[in-house]
Amino acid sequence: MGLTLTKAADWLDNSKLDFSPSNQIILTDILKAVDGYSKNNPIGGKMKFSEPLVWDSTLKFEDFKKTERFPETESENTLQLDELLTVTKQESEVAHVECHSFDMLQLVLDACRSKKTAEVRACLEGNSDPVSKILGNRYACNTEDDVEFYKQAEEDLQGEDITYEEFETKKVVLKMAMEFHNLDVRMLRSVQGLMSKDSRLSPRLVEAEFDCLKELSGSEDEQPLRDIEPVPCYVHVFSNGYRAPNFRQLQGDIAYFLVYLKDTDVICVTAGTKGWFVNKGYSKDTNDVDFERRSDLYGSLFALLRERSRHFRERTSRKSGDGETAADEAADGAEKPDQEGDADQQAAREEAEERKKDPTLRWVSLGTSEQQSQERRSARQPQSAAAAAQQSDESDSESGTDEEEDAVERRHESNADLPSEYWQIGKFVRYLKGGNQTSTIISLCALRDFQLNTEVCQLAIRDVGGLEVLLNLLETEENRCKIGSLKILKEISQNPQIRRAIADLGGLQTLVNILKEPSKDLKCLAAETIANVAKFRRARRIVRQHGGIRKLVSLLDCPALNGPTSPEIERDIEVARCGALALWSLSNSTKNKRAMKRAGVIPLLGKLLKSRHEDMLIPVVGTLQECASEPDYRVAIRTEGMVEDLVKNLKSDNAELQMHCASTIFKCAEEEETRDLVRSYDGLEPMCSMSSKNIRKFQELNVIEKLVRLLSDQPEEVLVNVVGALGEMAAEKENRHAIRKAGGIGPLVQLLTGTNQALLVNTTRAVGRCAQEKENMAIIDRMDGVRLLWSLLKNPNPEVQASAAYAICPCIDNVNDAGEMVRSYVGGLELIVHLLRSDNIKVLAAICAAVASIAKDEENLAVLTDHGVIPLLAGLTRTQDEELKRHLSEAIACCCAWGNNRIVFGKEGAVAPLVSYLRVKDPKVHRSTARALHELSRHPDNCITMHECGVVRHLLGLVGSDDEALQLAASGCIANIRRLAMANEKSRQSSKARGGGNGGANGKAVAAK
Amino acid sequence: MSKILLFSEFLLSLEPIIVLHISMDVSAKTAISKLAESLHKQTNFTKKECEHLLHMYRELAGADDVKLDRSKFKDILHCSFGMTDAMMIDHVFRAFDTDFDSSISQEEWLKGMSTFLRGTLDEKTQFAFRAYDLNSNGMISREEIFQLLKATLIKQPVEEDPDEGVRDLVEIVFKKFDTQKKGVIDYAQFKAMVAEEPLLLQALGPCLPDEKSADAFLCTFEELHLPTTISYIKTGSQR
Repeated sequence: MGLTLTKAADWLDNSKLDFSPSNQIILTDILKAVDGYSKNNPIGGKMKFSEPLVWDSTLKFEDFKKTERFPETESENTLQLDELLTVTKQESEVAHVECHSFDMLQLVLDACRSKKTAEVRACLEGNSDPVSKILGNRYACNTEDDVEFYKQAEEDLQGEDITYEEFETKKVVLKMAMEFHNLDVRMLRSVQGLMSKDSRLSPRLVEAEFDCLKELSGSEDEQPLRDIEPVPCYVHVFSNGYRAPNFRQLQGDIAYFLVYLKDTDVICVTAGTKGWFVNKGYSKDTNDVDFERRSDLYGSLFALLRERSRHFRERTSRKSGDGETAADEAADGAEKPDQEGDADQQAAREEAEERKKDPTLRWVSLGTSEQQSQERRSARQPQSAAAAAQQSDESDSESGTDEEEDAVERRHESNADLPSEYWQIGKFVRYLKGGNQTSTIISLCALRDFQLNTEVCQLAIRDVGGLEVLLNLLETEENRCKIGSLKILKEISQNPQIRRAIADLGGLQTLVNILKEPSKDLKCLAAETIANVAKFRRARRIVRQHGGIRKLVSLLDCPALNGPTSPEIERDIEVARCGALALWSLSNSTKNKRAMKRAGVIPLLGKLLKSRHEDMLIPVVGTLQECASEPDYRVAIRTEGMVEDLVKNLKSDNAELQMHCASTIFKCAEEEETRDLVRSYDGLEPMCSMSSKNIRKFQELNVIEKLVRLLSDQPEEVLVNVVGALGEMAAEKENRHAIRKAGGIGPLVQLLTGTNQALLVNTTRAVGRCAQEKENMAIIDRMDGVRLLWSLLKNPNPEVQASAAYAICPCIDNVNDAGEMVRSYVGGLELIVHLLRSDNIKVLAAICAAVASIAKDEENLAVLTDHGVIPLLAGLTRTQDEELKRHLSEAIACCCAWGNNRIVFGKEGAVAPLVSYLRVKDPKVHRSTARALHELSRHPDNCITMHECGVVRHLLGLVGSDDEALQLAASGCIANIRRLAMANEKSRQSSKARGGGNGGANGKAVAAK
Repeated sequence: MSKILLFSEFLLSLEPIIVLHISMDVSAKTAISKLAESLHKQTNFTKKECEHLLHMYRELAGADDVKLDRSKFKDILHCSFGMTDAMMIDHVFRAFDTDFDSSISQEEWLKGMSTFLRGTLDEKTQFAFRAYDLNSNGMISREEIFQLLKATLIKQPVEEDPDEGVRDLVEIVFKKFDTQKKGVIDYAQFKAMVAEEPLLLQALGPCLPDEKSADAFLCTFEELHLPTTISYIKTGSQR
């Protein structure tokens, strides 16, 4: 009965019960239950209350004395019985009662004779929450959910190591609690009708009235008030709809408003659950409100203002023609939308409201045209539905965003323009109701033939009462009926209004129960339907409270995932998929995430993540994505080895899957170790290169800025990863600019002075990639970054050497006056040439790349040549490494430009191996090789060697390539060979030498001369 | 499930003793064993399961060389499978009785039970079609559907024409199955529609046992537990 007392009963402000009809009903009900309780339940009657009920009786002390049950005592002012009932005399004969059991309560009631109700009233006024006093605090249950209650009961009885006696007492307590609970429900029902008439203020009502007044305010004389606004310090609306700060919410305050009246000045009013009143005002200096009450309580702000302001009274009452006061109408107006919002089925009630609406409309239209007010009204309807939903969620503090709170309610006003589907669907629903299972199945199948994905059909099913029937079918024993019904529910629950209706009808409880069924088909369909319905907060909460999460998690346990399939295994996989879908929807709220973790979802998700099926992976990764906002999950994702799978799926073709994976990894990347893992699985590259959309996403998330900020004052291990990430991101042009704009270049260059090898490798790579942009290069140059890179070539670690050499290339390419810069490094070129003697392939390749870049400056090329670079390069041509081949041929191509280097290459035997490079598959090797051959072919000796090696065939193939540079080089090379042949032809004609043969042979002849 | 299996094995192990001592001589037992041996390949049962069913058949028939007649068969459907509709029981009997001799032989019994309890969707479709084809002419007509459906709706006394709802249902069913507008439903159409929507397998009345009673019946003697073969949803490969 706690709920009835706190919510339904009308309390006056001095914590007395009002003499209202609803209170009377409650009192008689309670009396009926208590009076005679101990006779019917001897054990319960004897049980001692957890705390005594204490109140001032309506009876005089003398009256108690007269009853002969009390034993003789010495004290004049105290009567005591078995230490269970104590009556003390107080001033003016008032008897103070302290009662410990129902037996004693009965005794008191008996003493009252005809004034029992009055006594109950006094008792309740003394003990506002009697249930908690009787049974203990844990039963002070104000929750509206039965389940909470049963859960408690279950916990109570399940406790281990309790003795038999304890168990028995607990049973008694539970029984009593159950009875109280039932009483509560009964009473709530009986006062429900009365409650709908006048209820206490709720945030919804307050906001509605505020909106209403806001619309009416203005400077014109017509308008009743100048302005109304929330008090500046409490403008924010909390998730429960209150504006008042938490500590005042406890006192029942809802919001504070400043009302600017026309005739009197500003007043500051408080909206509390008890009513509206004027407080001591808002002070600008302290920016706070003095909460103390300074006026009477009013049922509505209208009533208050009418009392306060004559102007307001005059302006508001003039329009309201009939007897009803404006205040009442306003209250109606505030209540009205709510009832439209939730009472779909109660057409009768709606009709009653319809009649009331008229004066309200007239009222609202004040100052504006009738038309506008209509529009406003219709615009406000969905809002109020949202408010209603929110109110019911008050107790729940979930983080989930509710995309659906503003579901627009569209209803057909009249029957005239109903589409034909309505009638047909109505007919089938009738057959569903009035038939055996055969006709039910037929009707279900017929319903499935409608376009269930259209809103018309979805709403038609709801409006003809089909949802109730479909949900009813789920509680039958007929599997086929359940399956048919679920198939329809699954489809129509894609509509937000249907979802809400299903939740309102208690459908989620049924759906959760179906998950227990042995039939896999049922499990699948129920889980899928839950996945659809649980898109809004209240639904998710209901599923959790009914233990749906554990059941859904257990669906994920799928024994054979990627093995050979059979119909049976496919059904198992389908079950797991549907379970994952449902969990995906549910994982939108924090409490659910925790519940899922407790149910052991993590290892199961980890297992499913190894699946090959995309339609399985999407819900699984989607769930992980939602859950990764919790630190526990992030750790688990790392330790369960899911990062590898996530990275693997990044490379999938499915954009949706990629997106979810990337987002999950992003959330997880807050963890240091995860970042490491991602990198070690090569996850960064696909992530960065995925699509421009993702890059935008990264930019939106300001990843780069965050990373750059991390560059300073971090331990080296962190830096390694941060710089690594930046390096990978710098592969994209846009990101390179972003790094500069975030001021990342400077810190990066500074890091080049470090000693940590891993860090140096990453830093050089990052700097190298950044240097591809001229603007970036300017900064690097200013900070003398190239010199730092150059000095790293002396680093003993070959990886650092290679990486530094690679970084130098773009620097040289992009800096102004590169030649001068390179020459300014004393011994720099000598160092480069020296490194060509390294035995590390990677270093060699990198140095070759650097040589190619350096050699573009003629003077430097001359110096390199003097240092003997040519024989060294030629000596390297026998390599098998493709990377080296590519950079080497590039270097050779560049070095040919000086002096007789071409000839030296030929003499050193570099040409023949180069030709063989054309046989490898890598097109990049082809390109640089073709360039080198083109340069070399300018000398006849080389041409001859090439021809002997059969180069023409390869080159002809390359001429057909798509790569223009390659085409050019290849055709240039052929042209040179051909020119040589022509020259030979000419000389043959002039010298009458022995002719014939091909160009190559003739070339030889020319060369021989 | 393993408990049930153990229990059934236990029952099976007792079988010979009970049978020998109570009602059956050795020769009858070997005859059953032989028959089971020859027939079990044509059913979805193992040899032992067949033997058990044949023993059951003999018990029900009451004596050797007596065939199961209509009334005894009705009793089984009624008691073991919870089928109460007398009309439908008749139809099921006809579907069992493939040689139309108004009694069910041992072979018909085994094959019928095989479909009944463990049939694939195809087998069950065939079975249902036989049950619904009242005059056994290979086609289901509107009149037959009307006969089958006429008791499915609760009669509303206020309505002018009490059969209107039924006729409506008949039309729905007919429109659904007669995709080629032949005026009758032949087996091909029936099968195609059921394959698309397995819920329609028993669209014209429950001619097969529900899963629970089938499981209950099976678990008294089954050697191996097979999953239900009919899937009402589309899984991975079918999509």
